[in-house]
Amino acid sequence: MEAFLQRLASRLGRDMPTFVERPQWKHAPQQTVFRGYSQDELLDELKKQCTRIHTTLVETTTDGLYHTIEQVIDAHGGGPIVVANDERYEQVGLSSFLKREDVHVWDVSLGRANIEAAEKANIGITFSDMTLAESGTVVLLNDRNQGRTISFLPKTYVAIIPKSTIVPRMTQAARIIRKKHVPSCINFITGPSNSADIEMNLVVGVHGPVKATYIVITDR
Amino acid sequence: MAMKINMGEFHERVEKGIHNTFMRGAVAGAQERLRTRRLEAAQELGNWEEWRALGEEIRQHTLEHLDYYLMQLSENVKKRGGHVFFAQTAEEANDYICRVVASKQAKKIVKSKSMVTEEIHMNAALEKLGCEVIETDLGEYILQVDDHDPPSHIVAPALHKNKEQIRDVFQEKLAYTKTEKPEELALHARHMLRHEYMTADVGITGCNFAVAETGSITLVTNEGNADLVTALPKTQITVMGMERIVPTFEEMEVLVSLLTRSAVGQKLTSYITVLTGPREEGEVDGPEEFHLVIVDNGRSDILGTEFQPVLQCIRCAACVNVCPVYRHIGGHSYGSIYSGPIGAVLSPLLGGYDDYKELPYASTLCAACTEACPVKIPLHELLLKHRQTIVEREGKAPISEKLAMKAFGLGAASSLLYKLGSKIAPTAVHPFTTNDRISKGPGPLKAWTDIREFPAPEKERFRDWFKQRGEE
Repeated sequence: MEAFLQRLASRLGRDMPTFVERPQWKHAPQQTVFRGYSQDELLDELKKQCTRIHTTLVETTTDGLYHTIEQVIDAHGGGPIVVANDERYEQVGLSSFLKREDVHVWDVSLGRANIEAAEKANIGITFSDMTLAESGTVVLLNDRNQGRTISFLPKTYVAIIPKSTIVPRMTQAARIIRKKHVPSCINFITGPSNSADIEMNLVVGVHGPVKATYIVITDR
Repeated sequence: MAMKINMGEFHERVEKGIHNTFMRGAVAGAQERLRTRRLEAAQELGNWEEWRALGEEIRQHTLEHLDYYLMQLSENVKKRGGHVFFAQTAEEANDYICRVVASKQAKKIVKSKSMVTEEIHMNAALEKLGCEVIETDLGEYILQVDDHDPPSHIVAPALHKNKEQIRDVFQEKLAYTKTEKPEELALHARHMLRHEYMTADVGITGCNFAVAETGSITLVTNEGNADLVTALPKTQITVMGMERIVPTFEEMEVLVSLLTRSAVGQKLTSYITVLTGPREEGEVDGPEEFHLVIVDNGRSDILGTEFQPVLQCIRCAACVNVCPVYRHIGGHSYGSIYSGPIGAVLSPLLGGYDDYKELPYASTLCAACTEACPVKIPLHELLLKHRQTIVEREGKAPISEKLAMKAFGLGAASSLLYKLGSKIAPTAVHPFTTNDRISKGPGPLKAWTDIREFPAPEKERFRDWFKQRGEE
């Protein structure tokens, strides 16, 4: 490593610096996107963007959430379902949903069986930790209780989005993440998987989920 | 596949490209769509020039302090339990990767799209070791199944193939029985590859942006394959060109926004995945072991030279999508996995003038590339610098240019020869002339008239006309 980096220093015509201060950039166009927007205005932008990313957005309240989730599940052909082991389900009144027979709750003690459950699942559900209005993106900070494969192996991906998690764009998410312990895997997910590799024709649904639905809880 | 793709001499490759009607139609259509989408995405932002200026500023600062940021990256990857290997050459990189793979007694490797692994010829090294290396990006998978056809575009590698050709390849090699519908073809690839992810021993990825401050790597994709490649196998190896790095998450997000908009006109692609080290305590998926291979392979020779700005590149292919030359000759004509204007600048730097001296001339210097570049690389100026270097230092201008210059020099130096030459020109080309246009030119004219007509020389010379006019 020494020689490799020394070579770069000498190509740059100086010694290797011991500290470099991150500059104050002269331009900051990213800060102006949706500046000063209310949560309602951000939700409107999110809805607009969802029409462009092949994603269905459903609005509901905490009280109506259970019913909405069941509707969404039925609309996508039912279980099996895989979900994260997440205390937020209880907070929004979904504890009994987790007890459904076709729901697999991620369980560290089961090891690889979790991945097999995700592979067999028709639907994977997670909460969105942050939601980006501009691009229609949910941000997942995965951990031991929320496997990465929940949002990739099942055919359909469903994100539960508390309205309070909506921010203008990736700029705000990046700033928040910098202040935390960075998880081993952060996903920025924008709709279902797709590809235009064959004659530039858009195919929705390639290796990851084929369909995506966002459920926004408007009073959270 | 190495950076160099062996498909004959430059002129043969161009000849082949120009006569490949499907490819030319596909390329023109793709360029049009991608260019329009990029312009729409830029317009929607309203202040695109400010974004470009920020992108340029970030890339320039990072390159000026590349040694520092790579050191920081390496320390932070190690802090998170990952391994880092600095590879000066392609051989060193492949040796290290092969050592890791051999130590795991790995047989099956799944891979997501990566230009740098193509550049260092990694697949061949692993196959020599007896491993099966499976490309999982749909475009790359198609090319691999079709006996390792080389990629022709940085972002859409199988752009030169039509769906009927893909169907035929799938039928022949993958027992495919359905139609040429892209949905059905993609679904078949999904089924074939699902099993491979689940049973692979090692996953290999490239890296769009490493983040120095946190020791993270960022992958920008649409298909979801990179996520399965990094979630399921026990060992992950990520290979990055050493310049693909940013200071923090805040710069990463700006460059990702520039990349996705410039490449495909998307605000973000379906998946932006940021991975930091191997899986953490208690996690069930994600790799147990993580290796980051940082590759120089000729890049440091560019640092500190007038060509340094080319290292600002974020591989979006916006320059490729506006290039009139690429439009006509296609990606394979460049003889390098890096095609289009960026390829014409980068390939001679990484691969040498011996193999790539023609590429800087495969440009009209129209500057559309420079204008499209989201990080403001002065591409057409760098192409011109290449030409200067080739002519001044290396004496390696293409033969046709040398001959033409020589002939012109000879002809122009003697007034008698010049008079004779300009006088016999109309007669000499007469057999090839129809309605004052030449459409099937001889000798050096042929390359031009293969794609367009050339005006026939006026029957009356300017000097004669001028002389007579003065007398009238």
